[in-house]
Amino acid sequence: MNIWQFILQNHAEVVELTLEHIWLVGLSTVLAVVIGIPLGILITRRPSLNKPVIGTANVIQTIPSLALFGFLLPAPWIGARADRLVILALMLYALLPLIRNTYAGIKSVDPAVVEAGRAMGLTDRQLLFQVELPLALGVIIAGVRVATVLSIGVATIAAAVGAGGLGEYIFRGLAMVNNTVILAGAIPAACLALLADLGFGWLERRLSPQ
Amino acid sequence: MDSNPENHAVIEFRKVCYQANGTDAIVRDLNLEIRRGEMLVLLGRSGSGKTTTLKLINHLLAPTGGEIRVDGRPAQQWDVIRLRRMIGYVIQEIGLFPHFTIEKNIGLVPKIENWPAERIRERVHELLKTVGLDEQIAKRYPRELSGGQRQRVGVARALAADPPILLMDEPFGALDPLTRADLQREFLDLQFRLRKTVVFVTHDLHEALILGTRIALMEAGRLVTVSTRDEFLTSREPLVLAYRQAFETDFSKRDHP
Repeated sequence: MNIWQFILQNHAEVVELTLEHIWLVGLSTVLAVVIGIPLGILITRRPSLNKPVIGTANVIQTIPSLALFGFLLPAPWIGARADRLVILALMLYALLPLIRNTYAGIKSVDPAVVEAGRAMGLTDRQLLFQVELPLALGVIIAGVRVATVLSIGVATIAAAVGAGGLGEYIFRGLAMVNNTVILAGAIPAACLALLADLGFGWLERRLSPQ
Repeated sequence: MDSNPENHAVIEFRKVCYQANGTDAIVRDLNLEIRRGEMLVLLGRSGSGKTTTLKLINHLLAPTGGEIRVDGRPAQQWDVIRLRRMIGYVIQEIGLFPHFTIEKNIGLVPKIENWPAERIRERVHELLKTVGLDEQIAKRYPRELSGGQRQRVGVARALAADPPILLMDEPFGALDPLTRADLQREFLDLQFRLRKTVVFVTHDLHEALILGTRIALMEAGRLVTVSTRDEFLTSREPLVLAYRQAFETDFSKRDHP
């Protein structure tokens, strides 16, 4: 049976696993945005926090995903359900690109523009929301883009702890030594990653100040 | 501002020092009074401390010693945000907000001061005329303008909320000589009408002589002399002589005011 026949025959399940995948990636990315962007802003204001924050996010990034799932398993509430655990892990992975790009984006704003704003009597909040964030938006979206594409890949491993998603097919195919089944998970996952990349790429170009 | 007569010091430096952490002092023991309605030029070579002196006035930098009074009040009694909103600031890099139209750039301070939209629009158009720009430029973005036009916008933006004090840091330094001469002349006319208290930083003696009512010469973080244009041209002070010599060749060709 070729891959297209397989997908057609199991379309209900393919759709369900795809939606599950999107849910895991979507929620974790939203959480990472909500936490990562403020952290990125914070370290532009408190330079002494720069190293510890970026350093911690860096260390998290180096933990292999299966090991991270394992570490989180004994945690109360989180460990009780596989999808919670996976969403937390994915969020932790997505933090680094978000913190780093928010920081880099704000730092890359022309110092003369920031100085002019400050000298005009903008408060720190006005400077941030009217000048720095709008000018950093393209770079921040680039961070969301990297984080999302990364998460779509890592989320395939979620099936190993029973959180579902397209990794379900990949692990099943591996167990059955059946490439068709593996591809039924891998191809939709790749398509998702491609779509996210294109979508955020477009948004990044739209929102970057020329 | 109070209504005291001329000669009242609007900005006053008393034994001011500035030192960035652990480095040599950039400004030392500076005493200087800047009077209402004058255009004081801070003249000096690169690294002489003139830009630092300027930034001490609007508190972009805080002095490490001494006291700076604006309008008779020491800096620590000012709310920094209020202080800055009554001091216009124009820099060589201009620093227009690239994501705002010219109209929004000029109207930003009035807007955060909660002026009604109609009044902001009128003010922007009035200012564009004042600095010699076509009103149609209002809807454009900074990147669509020439360097000279951008600096005119920079001046208009600094004047937006009609601040009594203007700080200018080599504002015409990056312009071609012809545009620079135009802007110097226009700015002189403008100042004749507006009578702001202006502190103007430059390393260009020509510019200092064209614009300044008084010239404060700085060297290595210290104030060397403060003199009127005429005093400056006849001074025997060695550093003043050195400056005049450095500019002499061009000088003979020039019919300065």
